[in-house]
Amino acid sequence: MALPSGRRPGSNKKAQLGLFAGYLFAGLGALLGAALLVISLLRPETFAGLRSMAADIASPAGEAGASGRVASQNVFEAIAGYYRAGSRNAELQQEMRIARIKAAEAEALKRENMRLKAVLNLADGETRPVATARLIGSTAASTRRFAWISVGRLDGVRPGMPVSSPLGLIGRVLETGQRSSRVLLLTDPESMVPVRRATDDVVAFAEGRADGMLRLRLINLGINPIKKGDVFVTSGSGGLFRPGTAVALAIEITRDGAIAQLLSNPAATDVVLVEPIWQPQAVAAAAAPSIAQAESQDADEAASAIAATVSPAPSGSSTPEPPSAAEPDAQ
Amino acid sequence: MMEQFVTRLRGDGAARSINRTQSPIRAHGVPWATIMLGSLAPWLPVIAPAPILPPFGFLMLLAWRLGRPNLLPLWAGLPLGLFDDLYSGQPLGSAILLFSLALIAIDLIEIRFPWRSFWLDWATAILLLAIYLAAGALFARTPLGQLQWQLVGSQLLLSIVLFPIFARIVAMLDRVRLKRVRRID
Repeated sequence: MALPSGRRPGSNKKAQLGLFAGYLFAGLGALLGAALLVISLLRPETFAGLRSMAADIASPAGEAGASGRVASQNVFEAIAGYYRAGSRNAELQQEMRIARIKAAEAEALKRENMRLKAVLNLADGETRPVATARLIGSTAASTRRFAWISVGRLDGVRPGMPVSSPLGLIGRVLETGQRSSRVLLLTDPESMVPVRRATDDVVAFAEGRADGMLRLRLINLGINPIKKGDVFVTSGSGGLFRPGTAVALAIEITRDGAIAQLLSNPAATDVVLVEPIWQPQAVAAAAAPSIAQAESQDADEAASAIAATVSPAPSGSSTPEPPSAAEPDAQ
Repeated sequence: MMEQFVTRLRGDGAARSINRTQSPIRAHGVPWATIMLGSLAPWLPVIAPAPILPPFGFLMLLAWRLGRPNLLPLWAGLPLGLFDDLYSGQPLGSAILLFSLALIAIDLIEIRFPWRSFWLDWATAILLLAIYLAAGALFARTPLGQLQWQLVGSQLLLSIVLFPIFARIVAMLDRVRLKRVRRID
């Protein structure tokens, strides 16, 4: 097939101009895209409002799809159950799986309680979930792993809140819209959760690997004590995640830790819980302005005070420039 | 038997399209709408633990652009890319840039190879999909190990296999687009 004639302007001046304008606009579009890309790479939170608005608009469709997904999953599960030994079998296995994880969590909680009582005599009350939601969508084509849930700011959801299912932790809220929020899944390459072994105090970081697995990296290097089948739970350091929530199961030992399978596969969850941030003070302290920033602010104030008291300095080079503060990375 | 044949003819699209013309909204809107629908793939009822689905929006764009060269303006990458960015999870701007560059690249390829065939279309799509997926992984700032390349590679293979299917779907949608539905009074 030959090229359609519209692309060959010949000696027609108007057509040539139109073609040129087309290239010009396309080039400008590409440049604009590049500029936006640079901005959103340097400051990922810039376009959060735009994104959450778009998510709010699309979320009803996602919600309808989510209920369909759950229903169809149930159908498939029932069929699979009959195929094996009746649908009861599938149900019992599901219960058993939850119970096993719950047992591991309970063990972890007992130890946590013991330690806390020994050290601080701190009373750790039961946390109540902020909201229950459905997972309504996920970035299925991008290497970043985000999901959307069907609750937002109106339901009391705030960025940073942990999201979990009965089987374990799923991720944390990253951006909130009115009625939907974006969740950073545990498998995202930029997600990092402090964990420890459920049975003792082997501490590690669980990093996402973007392929549905987690990479556990031990904090105390040395002889790797992890064995296949060890369950890891959140350790509570950092203050974001309540300690003792199940996270992952080690399936392959590496030199500095292990490759672990996520215990609560987001694809198989029906309803998720949004929990409050465990220790808001600790998180706020971590996000507080750094020492360098505080110092530069002090210097600013001092400079302006001097300028005000000493003399009405000529506007120009003589006013002391405030030292440029090193921007703390907003990640 | 003859009557059956006649009634079948009457029920046929060709017979019903007498006294009808094409709807301009449909003729111009279907490509844009279907590409945007492809960009909405993250809202499919699939919660993926890993990047397993191909970039449906970009596949749709390629299929329309290669199948119907004069339909999309050269600047279409800006609005369509913006829409894709809002839902894809990539940093905003990545799809705007890549969609725009892809449209320009296809234009240049068309000038270089004026006689085209489906094989050339497919080869073009493979090249652009490879660049799109690799650049997308790069822009997402994922630590690029062997694992990530494996993920992107499997995604690329799936997209390559899916392109002919998308080309057929677009051909079907093109018939829907040009259907005579508006009554001439």
